[in-house]
Amino acid sequence: MTSIINSSYFLILSTTAKESLSILEILLIALGYLTFFAVAGLFLVLLERRVAAWFQLRIGPNRVGYQGLLQTMADALKLVSKELTGTIKADKLLYNLAPYFVIITALMSLAVFPFSKQIQAFDINIGIFFLIAVSSIGVIGILLGGWASNNKFALIGAMRSGVQTISYELSVGLSLLTMILITGSLQLSEIVEVQRQGGWLILQGHIPAIIAFMVYMIAGTAETNRAPFDLVEAESELGAGFHTEYSGMKFAYFFLAEFINMFIIASIATTVFFGAWLSPFGITESIPWLGVFWFLAKAMVLVFLMMWFRWTFPRLRVDQLLTLEWKYLLPINLVNIVIMALIVWLNLTIKF
Amino acid sequence: MKEFIEIDKDFKTEPYQINMGPQHPATHGVLNLLLTIDGEIIKKVEPDLGYIHRSIEKMCERDSYQQIVHLTDRMDYLSANINNEAVCLTVEKALQLEIPDRVKVIRTIIGELTRISSHCLWWGVMGMDVGALTTYFYGFRDREMLNDIFEETCGARLTMNYNVPGGLMYDIHPNFVGRVKKFIDHFKTKIPEYDRLLSENVIFQKRTKGVGILSKEDAISFGVSGPVGRASGYSCDVRKYHPYSAFDRVDFNEVLRTEGDTFARYQVRIQELWESLYVVEQLIDNIPEGEYRVKTNAVIKLPKGEFYQKVETARGELGVYIISTGTKNPYRLKFRSPGFSNLSALNHMAVGSKIGDLVAIMATLDLVIPDIDR
Repeated sequence: MTSIINSSYFLILSTTAKESLSILEILLIALGYLTFFAVAGLFLVLLERRVAAWFQLRIGPNRVGYQGLLQTMADALKLVSKELTGTIKADKLLYNLAPYFVIITALMSLAVFPFSKQIQAFDINIGIFFLIAVSSIGVIGILLGGWASNNKFALIGAMRSGVQTISYELSVGLSLLTMILITGSLQLSEIVEVQRQGGWLILQGHIPAIIAFMVYMIAGTAETNRAPFDLVEAESELGAGFHTEYSGMKFAYFFLAEFINMFIIASIATTVFFGAWLSPFGITESIPWLGVFWFLAKAMVLVFLMMWFRWTFPRLRVDQLLTLEWKYLLPINLVNIVIMALIVWLNLTIKF
Repeated sequence: MKEFIEIDKDFKTEPYQINMGPQHPATHGVLNLLLTIDGEIIKKVEPDLGYIHRSIEKMCERDSYQQIVHLTDRMDYLSANINNEAVCLTVEKALQLEIPDRVKVIRTIIGELTRISSHCLWWGVMGMDVGALTTYFYGFRDREMLNDIFEETCGARLTMNYNVPGGLMYDIHPNFVGRVKKFIDHFKTKIPEYDRLLSENVIFQKRTKGVGILSKEDAISFGVSGPVGRASGYSCDVRKYHPYSAFDRVDFNEVLRTEGDTFARYQVRIQELWESLYVVEQLIDNIPEGEYRVKTNAVIKLPKGEFYQKVETARGELGVYIISTGTKNPYRLKFRSPGFSNLSALNHMAVGSKIGDLVAIMATLDLVIPDIDR
């Protein structure tokens, strides 16, 4: 493990990478990411509400600020000012710890994304592995929260979450592994480099890549506990699921983490399938900051796709959820990996 | 093997109980379900009633017959107009009043529109209960047009109180016919949209097919009626067997399914939307001219005796049973509400299924809690 950490290096806002940074610089960058994290979370909540309204023949929040841009800010302020209530017989330590597990893991994942060629906080050489590993810690927070709340509805929600995340993690990992076969590297900057030379991976890998993308989007939606896989919250069944007993800012952490996780799932797909910050027209090289625009634009399209899922599909039942994963997605994935391996071996990938 | 059994003793699992309601999103009101669950599997469902009991039947003993009508709005508020009609029909039956054709036709039209409006809301809520939140707003969009029509006709949108013993409170608005026709044209394009959004969805079909099966025998023995009974193959449409108002002169099919599962109950209601539209379509052009109300005494006194009349509300068979001693108040008035009997079959349908299934089953029972508690 130490060798991995030693061999990883920082690549922050500077092309001359390997020099170490002062603590102040690191803190400033961390602060920048935190700000981005908060703003992105609030913006995604608003976007979700507006998209939902659009699907549901409504108008949505458009009064606070221009087009409702400050609405979620007002909501967040309200949540901050609310009293933190809790159940009497809750396991205090775990109950208070749970929201931080969820929010910190969400923030950690954000650090490795290549928003542009220059903006990447932490270009670790096992990037994809790191993402999968970190995002799977988040479920511990949900399990803890559900268990420590001392509420049966929360417990059912937490148990469902455990089952769901452990199952669908396999599909997320395997579908990303399929794409790794083309790049031959887990490092995110390497993955982007391969796409810069030969076109987006979803085009390079053609049929198996498209299958992998579809599997990834299904499993990724399940990983974020969003509809149609929102059994964890399942408001018509469990009230609010695992966060029934949380209020104020602790609830806001769970809530924000859900939206950030959605952005993370979309960002991983952007990086691995759609060429991260690369422009579809090949002009990013001359204007470096345009890379951020392209990255966010691609991620937003995928986020919109996930919102589309949520506001259209009914929820699955818990046994159907497991059937879908273990009987369909996992076998498809395994076969898909073999096909991809054959394609890479026989050099049948499409290079532009 | 012996060791295993000993370990099993220490870590034994047992069913646990959980209160679903009275404040719970899926119970659509203040119904408390005491669930006994083994993990996710339901072992027992015990409905606990009485959270919204307002003694409507007792209040009826105090009120005059004109006043009783508006209490019935508050029972099954989604088919308020049909409830009003039930009481009016019973009183008219007791008085042996001859009701003009115009009244009969208007009552039938408004009754069927109420049924459509109730089913619209049910469809939205059904989708919401299985997790598709968007359906709710689509259902409400179409229901809104009907509410506007009702508002123009009688001034109220939900608790209409449009029927009085002897006829209607007012004549219909001059715009009524035009607006209803417009609604029919609009809604004919929207039911296929309902199908595309929810009925044909693979997840929805997987969630509902083969879930919560109620056989025909069980349906009859539980006293189930309405769409729930008809989905089990139990032909029980009061409009067909004991036609009231103008139902003897219109042509419509009784929707029957034999599967008895959640999806069958869903399909019956969707099909009933078409049938109700068909009934309204036949009558809307042929509203006869005439009086909208027969003159009755200011104080109605029923002759001594017992009177019973049943109607088909959106939920099933509503019976009104009046015992009169010849005074201006009923001696006893009993409502046979469809929701109460339908709820009694819930335990039978839900045992052995998952929590998610229970919510879907409850949605297809289309419970209105004030109708059950009264």
